[in-house]
Amino acid sequence: MLRKAGLFFAALAFLCMGSGAAFAERLSINGSTTVLPAAQKLAEAFMKVRPDVAVSVAGGGSGNGIRAIVDGTSHVGNSSRFIRSSEVKMAVERNTYPVPFRIALDCIVPVVHPDNPVTNLTLDQLRDMYTGKIRNWKEVGGKDMRVVVVSRDSSSGTFETWGDLVMNKQRVVPSALTVPSNGGLVQAVTTTPGAIGYIALGYVNQDVKMVSVDGVMGSEENTISGRYPISRPLFMFTRGWPEGVTLDFINFVFSRKGQEAVRASGSIPVY
Amino acid sequence: MAVLRNRTEKAIHWLFLGIATVSIGILVLIMFFLFQEGLPIFKTVTLQEFVMGHYWYPTDDPADFGIFPLIVASLFVTLLSAVISIPLGVMTAVYLSEIASRKIAELVKPVVELLAALPSVVIGFFGMVLVGPFLQKTFGIPIGLNLFNAGLMLAFMSIPTICSIAEDALYSVPNSLREASLALGATELETIVKVIVPAGLSGICTAIILGMSRAIGETMVVLMVAGGAAMLPGSIFDPVRPMPASIAAEMAEAPFRGEHYHALFAIGIVLFLFTLAFNLVADQIAQRYRQSGEASL
Repeated sequence: MLRKAGLFFAALAFLCMGSGAAFAERLSINGSTTVLPAAQKLAEAFMKVRPDVAVSVAGGGSGNGIRAIVDGTSHVGNSSRFIRSSEVKMAVERNTYPVPFRIALDCIVPVVHPDNPVTNLTLDQLRDMYTGKIRNWKEVGGKDMRVVVVSRDSSSGTFETWGDLVMNKQRVVPSALTVPSNGGLVQAVTTTPGAIGYIALGYVNQDVKMVSVDGVMGSEENTISGRYPISRPLFMFTRGWPEGVTLDFINFVFSRKGQEAVRASGSIPVY
Repeated sequence: MAVLRNRTEKAIHWLFLGIATVSIGILVLIMFFLFQEGLPIFKTVTLQEFVMGHYWYPTDDPADFGIFPLIVASLFVTLLSAVISIPLGVMTAVYLSEIASRKIAELVKPVVELLAALPSVVIGFFGMVLVGPFLQKTFGIPIGLNLFNAGLMLAFMSIPTICSIAEDALYSVPNSLREASLALGATELETIVKVIVPAGLSGICTAIILGMSRAIGETMVVLMVAGGAAMLPGSIFDPVRPMPASIAAEMAEAPFRGEHYHALFAIGIVLFLFTLAFNLVADQIAQRYRQSGEASL
């Protein structure tokens, strides 16, 4: 019995060594679900160039990403917003210095059900819908149909950016449906004829219809040129100035190949 | 020989005592942690503002931590699921233990238990993708993810709990009661309604309350299908945001030991008190209507 157990542990140890040899280095990335598709594409492309590195990517929200690098549980923290001063304070208290890298641009687009005839909304109209002032699509030139406001959870980075760029610090009406992810929002809008929601450009698919804002359609060109009003940069944070594999990864992100991966994920490259 | 046996007895006694102490100790620690993390919110808001406040805007500046809409949502969702699941669960139990032939009971029982084994996320997905759009089309309502949908899905989850515990209770009603009732000339229906069900009442009540406490604590389903709007519902087709959904959706991003974090733990305390109350009531009922010996009826 004992011998069997001994053999088992020996085999286990051998297996661990085996996997250790295949991946000499590990790199863990955590954070915003908005940055997640870009981070996944980047990780895949990076592992093709550097097969000796095992990259793991997880999405738990911007706050988690920054917390993960401050705690040292991840090498790279993704965030769809800049670091908050409270988070900088927390990092400094733990003797770390989070370094931001602006890896891509993102634009948030209002989306409606494909059968909705409305094609353009002004920023004011969007705000009035989300504060509950506009309750019927008739008021913005649509069908006689109740507006169903779909929003993201108050802790999501997308919600925060929407709050800053559209809501002007006014509160989203309490009756708004809230969904925990970009994908969930697409699902909710697809199944609700009167819905209006907002998502990152990368998540738009044929199930929902994009609406232009102040006459400008959300697109890569319009975001880079700055004409589109609801756009923002996406960040990766590292724990102190990056070193070793983390540095290699960040360098890769800003290489031509890295930025191609960013584009393939639906986000907008920085150059 | 006798000494050795005695020693083994003692060792086993202590071993089991130790194991029981560890599991109770862990539970006590969890409770302690829950209160330690939740109570600090009352430095920011009063108990009155927290429980009776109508606005839940935890990330705004200044923030509002009123969980009244969340409590109401949890209660309504649970109530609705109870209205659906109690008759279905109890009647299924009566059917399985009293009416169904052995063959059918053997076929139906595993199916009901399979329903209990369905992961809640699967039920949530079902509610989101199939039931939501179905409700919209059938009732002509703008939102498919609402109180009704959540109540329905929770009912699916509590039916197996209610059914299997109630069935056990009915099954353990002594056969002599059945026989006596039938021998006195009562019909089968009369026997079930006037003898079997009253005799198993404490078990049935326990079943109902355990089913409801499962519904009020269930997280994934309400996160997916309740709609997540922190408002007082005007009708059963309005979206709501029950307490567990709020905790699950927001905890990941609440700044560690910040106000929002403490508020979410305080919601956890409220939820804990609710389930505690449910369990105490269940215990009380089980004690009061305990079937003590066959002659008691």
